[in-house]
This record gives sequence, structure tokens and C-alpha cells, in this order.
Amino acid sequence: MQSSGLGALVRLVIARDLRLAARHWDQVMQPLIFFAIITTLFPLAISPALDELRRIAPGVVWVAAMLASLLALESLFRPDVEDGTMEQWVLSGQPLSILLLAKVVTHWLLTGLPLVLMSPLVGTALGMPQSVWPVLMATLALGTGSLSMLGGVGAALTVSVRRGSVLLALLVLPLEMPVLIFGARAVDLAMHSEAVAGPLNLLAAVLLFFLSLGPFAMAAAMRVSVES
Amino acid sequence: MHAEPQLDVRAVHLWRGERHLLRGTSFVLNGGELLQVVGPNGVGKTSLLRCVAGLLPTESGEIVWRGKQLHECRDDYYQSLAYLAHINALKPDLTALENLQYSVALRRPVTHPELRETFARLRIAPCADLPARSLSAGQKRRVAIGRILLTRAALWILDEPITNLDSAGIALFEECMADHLGQGGMILTAAHQLLLQGRQGVRTLELH
Repeated sequence: MQSSGLGALVRLVIARDLRLAARHWDQVMQPLIFFAIITTLFPLAISPALDELRRIAPGVVWVAAMLASLLALESLFRPDVEDGTMEQWVLSGQPLSILLLAKVVTHWLLTGLPLVLMSPLVGTALGMPQSVWPVLMATLALGTGSLSMLGGVGAALTVSVRRGSVLLALLVLPLEMPVLIFGARAVDLAMHSEAVAGPLNLLAAVLLFFLSLGPFAMAAAMRVSVES
Repeated sequence: MHAEPQLDVRAVHLWRGERHLLRGTSFVLNGGELLQVVGPNGVGKTSLLRCVAGLLPTESGEIVWRGKQLHECRDDYYQSLAYLAHINALKPDLTALENLQYSVALRRPVTHPELRETFARLRIAPCADLPARSLSAGQKRRVAIGRILLTRAALWILDEPITNLDSAGIALFEECMADHLGQGGMILTAAHQLLLQGRQGVRTLELH
């Protein structure tokens, strides 16, 4: 019913998902720990020499962020679909695209935002100078948003496939490459004290594109997944 | 009788893989009527209910709600529909009360006293603040029925609603159904045990 406006609807879904997350913190933490571990593996495997690490740091942080966000995607829609909640959402008469967008926003708050906040620490461990932090955080903020939206579409498509996580990775990772390229490039440029506006603008444009079309694609994919 | 039936299902055909499940199923449903779909396991009762709820696309045939094709008035239709599936759509980590609060608030604003009242009516008031994971199967079913009651929809589609309910629960649920029918509501159920037998406006539809 339109009596409860769209804003109220979004708040309702976000409040519900945050409350659910608060009740199983262990699962929410997993992608973050994964992110921290992957980035620590590189100094161990390659070399502890800061010069060498500094050269690969942007790429390492970005690939780790991508994999961590992929890891978290599996639990984005699956529990709701399996326990019948999603069916009720489809039948609620409310715009499914808005409901799913709210879910993705919460997902980003729980998995993307902590990555952004953790990144200076991880960057420092890889020898990034402090001057790069703002750029690193900005690219990750824009980029993880895109990854969440794109991942949401993939998760909605594969949610009815049993053991669909590998399929999800195969589907989503190639499409995420532009985000990776622009994100890592911007950080790299910042480390050489060059202008980063170009790749940052492109990242923002990609995010806007996914934000505008993603909800509709997710809703359509979810309907197909539920109606079977 | 109304001039035009509220829900009119005409010659619905459905294939599931190689099986021709629904072969021209038709029925009408008007205010105050209960239609119970009966038949052996696997005959397509759940599929029929999912078709009528718009969760399964039909091969051919029409589903007409208040004079309009289902695909033309989906949002309208869903706002007058409450659907109870096999699974209860409860989050194990939320309390029973939170579960109902979030699912009902999606459709209409709902207050805590109203929720508590429904819990009391279904005789599960002490369960309201327990996490859903700790409830028994019958209690979970009652919570799910509470959602149907709170939705205040005109049409209820219930897939084996009395699964896991004890005899007191079944009697209570029959009371709720009778109330709903008395207020001009409609109910479509799949059931192995016939409910409200002998009441006016209660029919069965047998699938073969």
C-alpha cells in the first residue's frame, strides 16, 4: 500500500537487515577477516621489502577487496529466498526493485564500508604513504558500491541455482574488471603524485550507471528465480 | 451471487517438465467462499496455488481478478492477497514479534499492541519475544498464520495451513477462517483434511 512511502520501506528493510546482522556478527566479520588475511599474505609470499610491496600495493588491495566482496555476496539473497521471505516480498505489492536496493545498501554498509575504513591500515602494511589514503578510500568507496550492485544482480540471477557460488564468480568477476582497472589505476597514479580525477570520475560514473539500472535488473532476475 | 466473480480461474494448463500437471483447471471464487483443493500428493495442488498467486507462469488459461487479467493488475491483486506457503517465511534469528512486525509493515503500518493482540488470539502470547528458532513447528505455523490475519487481505491463499497444528490449533484456525469468510473474505486452500465442512460457501475442487 502506498500509505507507507518508499522511504519508510527502505528504512524498514535496512533496519531489519542490520538487526539480523547484529545477531550473527561472526558471519558479517568473515569477508573482512578474509580481506585482512589476503593482504598480509603478499608480504609473506613475495618480499618484505617495502619498495617491492609499494609497487604492487594498489593491485593487491583492490583484488583483495574484490574477492572479499564476492565472498560476502553468497549470503546476500540466499537466506531470504530459502526461508520464503523473498516470496512474500514478491507478493507484497511493493516495488521489488526498491526492496532489493535497500538490501544491497545494507550489504554495502556491512561489507563495503568496513573495507573502506580498514584500507589505510592494510595500505600502510604494504608500504603506502599516508598521502595516498584519501584516494585509496575514495576509490574503494566508489568501487565497492559498484561491486555490491553488480554482485546483487548476479546473486539474484544465481540464487535458485544450487551451489551457485562458482557460477556467481564466473558471471560477476569479468564484469567487475573495469572497476578493478580504474580503481587500481587511480591509487597507482596517486602514489606517483599524479592527477587522479580521470579514473575517479570514471569510477563514479560506473557506480551511477549500476545504481540506476541495477535495481530493475535485480528485480527482474529475482522474479525469474522465485517464479519457478 | 455477484454479477462478476471476484476471482475467476479459467482453463489453466501447466506443464512441469514432462508432466501435464494442470489440465484445464477452472473455478470461480466470490466473497465469503472457501475453496479447498484436494487430491493425492504430487497432483499439483501447490502448483495450482502458486499459479493463482502469480508465482508460476501458466502455459495457457486466464486468471481474472475483479474483472482484470492478473498480469494487468498485479500490484492491486497482491495488495489484496495473503499467501501462506509450505515454509513459514520466518527468520530464525528474529523474535516472533519482530518477524511479524517486519513482514506486515511492508504492507501497512502496524502497531505493537495490534501485534500482541494477534499473538494472544492465536494463544502464543508467551512466544512473542522468543527467537523464532526456539519455537516448535506448530508455534511457528501459528506465527505464520498471524501474518495472514494481520495482512488484512481479501483473498487468502493457504498451502496446507494446518500442517503441524494440534487439534486446538486447528479449531482456532477454523474460527479465524470463519471470521474471515463472514466478513466477505475469500479463501483458497490446499488441504488433506477438509475444514469448515457443511458451512455455506465451502466447496472442494478435486485434482486428478
